[in-house]
Amino acid sequence: MPSLKDLKLRISSVKSTQKITAAMKMVAASKLRRAQEQAEAGRPYAERMARILASLTANVQAESVSSPLLAGTGKDAVHLLLIVTSDRGLCGGFNGTVVREARRQIDRLQREGKTVKLLVVGRKGRDQMRRTHAALIIDSFEEVGRRRLSFADATAIADRVLALFGDQAFDVAALVYNKFKSAISQIITVQQIIPFAMTAPADAPAEGAEARAIYEFEPDEEQLLADLLPKNLAVQIYRALLESAASEQGARMTAMDNATRNAGDMIQHLTLRYNRTRQSVITNELIEIISGAEAL
Amino acid sequence: MTDKVEFELVSPEKLLFAQPVDLVVIPGGEGDFGVLPGHAPFIATVRPGVVAVYRDGAITDRLFVAGGFAEVNETGVTVLAENAMPVSEIDGAKVEEEIRALQEDLADAKDDKESAEVQVRLTVAQAKQEAVNSAAATSH
Repeated sequence: MPSLKDLKLRISSVKSTQKITAAMKMVAASKLRRAQEQAEAGRPYAERMARILASLTANVQAESVSSPLLAGTGKDAVHLLLIVTSDRGLCGGFNGTVVREARRQIDRLQREGKTVKLLVVGRKGRDQMRRTHAALIIDSFEEVGRRRLSFADATAIADRVLALFGDQAFDVAALVYNKFKSAISQIITVQQIIPFAMTAPADAPAEGAEARAIYEFEPDEEQLLADLLPKNLAVQIYRALLESAASEQGARMTAMDNATRNAGDMIQHLTLRYNRTRQSVITNELIEIISGAEAL
Repeated sequence: MTDKVEFELVSPEKLLFAQPVDLVVIPGGEGDFGVLPGHAPFIATVRPGVVAVYRDGAITDRLFVAGGFAEVNETGVTVLAENAMPVSEIDGAKVEEEIRALQEDLADAKDDKESAEVQVRLTVAQAKQEAVNSAAATSH
């Protein structure tokens, strides 16, 4: 039976924890808004990039594509997974889901006899992957977009990926990240980036077909594609980082909201116990006094 | 058919410019080209340089782009630039310093790959300097 003083101390400690989680929730909410705005601002570029790429690929015959970024290396032996996690914890299952999905992918690929290599973004993911798959990690990036995510961060990662690809360190590359759906739900996404899988929008073919046919190119399509594809890789990575950043704040907001509510429940529970204990202490004292008086 | 072209300048981080204009002159990879209303659909690379926007017969905006792509379609022209800013916001002294630092880097470069990377950045910086100088020349 804890004493009254112990209970009082616990209540005040839970109360201050609740204050912290409530504050963290507010911070996450405002960061989430900023991350969402940034994701919104980045959309026009990505859309237009996809449109140009679509018109280009439609004009280039598949067999004549020389760029391995689009056509692949012709092999499928070594896979690179780019895992996007966060640097900070206290964001619920955010990092856990990415790591779990990454492990599942690794297991699947290894069962198929493929070699897997990992690039990890974010300290949390790096630590968790290191525990089970330390030998597979080529490199990790930390403090990505700590202040504000910039396109330069994505370019740095893309350059690393391209350099590895240039050295023929892998044949297929995929991103594993949390896609932002809403503040309370993130969708874990595995997206292949090399060779680049054209995901044609469903409504594009009809109006796109005639629009594409009349484009002129300068320099020729091949040259443009060779310039465009590395840029596109950076854009894809940038989008993944943005999605992941927004998801992280969303997940943290939800986690902190839950924590605040749990702390509230706990305070209620402890207060009840405190009052009961206080009551029984008073009753005991009264009984002692009365029985003392009766004995006289 | 309107007598304006919709000109959009987008960087990965934001939409920088989206207005109807009379004429846009873009520094294409194989030479400058101007886009007037009704231009044929066209996709081209863009080299580092200045995009000039004309309205009512005069240049109203001069925007520096560090290379990218341009797409012309029925509705207008879109320039995708990795790095873009109005020429008036470029700090001439800073650019000069950058060029000097890059030239030193170029001399120190250990292998071809490294010097090629520095060369790319130097080209961008030099184009920036040129943009500043030409802006100064026209305003006087």
